[in-house]
Amino acid sequence: MKNDNQFPQWEVFIQTKNGGPFEHQGSLHAADKKMALQNARDLYTRRNEGRSIWVVPTECIAATTADDAADFFDPANDKIYRTPNFYKMPQGTKNL
Amino acid sequence: MTEEEKEKQFQQRIDAGEKIEPRDWMPEAYKQTLFRQISQHAHSEIIGMQPEGNWLLRAPSLRAKKILLAKIQDEAGHGLYLYSAAETFGIDRTEMIAMLHSGKAKYSSIFNYPTLTWADMGAIGWLVDGAAIVNQTMLAKCSYVLYSRAMIRICKEEGFHQRQGYEIIAKMMNGTTAQRNMAQDSLNRWWEPSLMMFGPHDSESTHSKDSMKWKIKVESNDTLRQRFIDRTVEQAHHIGLTIPDKNLKYNKTTMHWETSEINWDEFWSVVKGNGPCNYQRISHHIHYHNEGKWVRDCATAFEKSREKENSSISI
Ligand SMILES: [Fe+2]
Ligand SMILES: [Fe+2]
Repeated sequence: MKNDNQFPQWEVFIQTKNGGPFEHQGSLHAADKKMALQNARDLYTRRNEGRSIWVVPTECIAATTADDAADFFDPANDKIYRTPNFYKMPQGTKNL
Repeated sequence: MTEEEKEKQFQQRIDAGEKIEPRDWMPEAYKQTLFRQISQHAHSEIIGMQPEGNWLLRAPSLRAKKILLAKIQDEAGHGLYLYSAAETFGIDRTEMIAMLHSGKAKYSSIFNYPTLTWADMGAIGWLVDGAAIVNQTMLAKCSYVLYSRAMIRICKEEGFHQRQGYEIIAKMMNGTTAQRNMAQDSLNRWWEPSLMMFGPHDSESTHSKDSMKWKIKVESNDTLRQRFIDRTVEQAHHIGLTIPDKNLKYNKTTMHWETSEINWDEFWSVVKGNGPCNYQRISHHIHYHNEGKWVRDCATAFEKSREKENSSISI
């Protein structure tokens, strides 16, 4: 069965509400974009869980891992001045 | 970092309740255990469509047929979520299907029993999906994030599976004597196999200790089985069914229902391939898998030809 063809893999992202983010749901196999969208509908939205679907070939996704997380996200570690609470406001300041 | 240090760090992450993502480092044995478990779970969902498919064209009403069809479709979905999770260990679907066909990968033995009457559609939903829910609710807390996510999704869908099954049985218990007998007969045949679904006793289970250490499972086979027994006995009594076990009794101190020892010889015999339907289930799968090959080939050829067209246009 070596040459048995199970189609390339796709990752599925679904928007559940208008204006909401597209969230990763899982993956599936399909021969082309159209089949990937139809399979995503049948697999991930059988109970009306979505209003819009993205499918992306799995091989197109680049990702970090937990192992390189420490180094990779290091640049943000010492920059608390990026958050509002870093700043001292004069007592009594309003709406700021 | 040495292998040992990595393993120690991995265990610390597990103990701290962290989830493991597919690209994270993990011990070889953790991978193997998970791959075996998830792929067998996937095969169970897929093979599990057969006993119910057997009654699809003989459902007693349009309502019953629509419900059964939707349930079977859900099971196909469950199988696909799980194949995707298993694939993250670098073994593709073609190989997994080959393992199923060669017998190298197992699936839940419960699906090697035949569905003889319509009441069995009730018993499967109520008992088999009921047992699966107890197990899957626990697995939703699994340390491997793709398994746990698949379980959360599956548990949401299972809700109606068990209820539709119990509804079928309850309806029959409200019917004629013949219907009531049919419901009781179905429970008599499915009761013990469904208790076996939780696997051997903790003391006999080879993989249990590691699985608990790695939080692949967070509760033991016997704990889960007891939870299922307690729920199910009361549901059976509620509609006038008798649990087919002479030794069944309620222990007031432990507040649990006690049952006879399970026939483990039968369990192992079915696991080894000697159940009433083992041969039928696999040959059916092989047959239809091979029959579908031309469809898969056509879809691939179509996409290839379109790729060529598209690229020639852009030049
Ligand atoms: Fe299922
Ligand atoms: Fe189910």
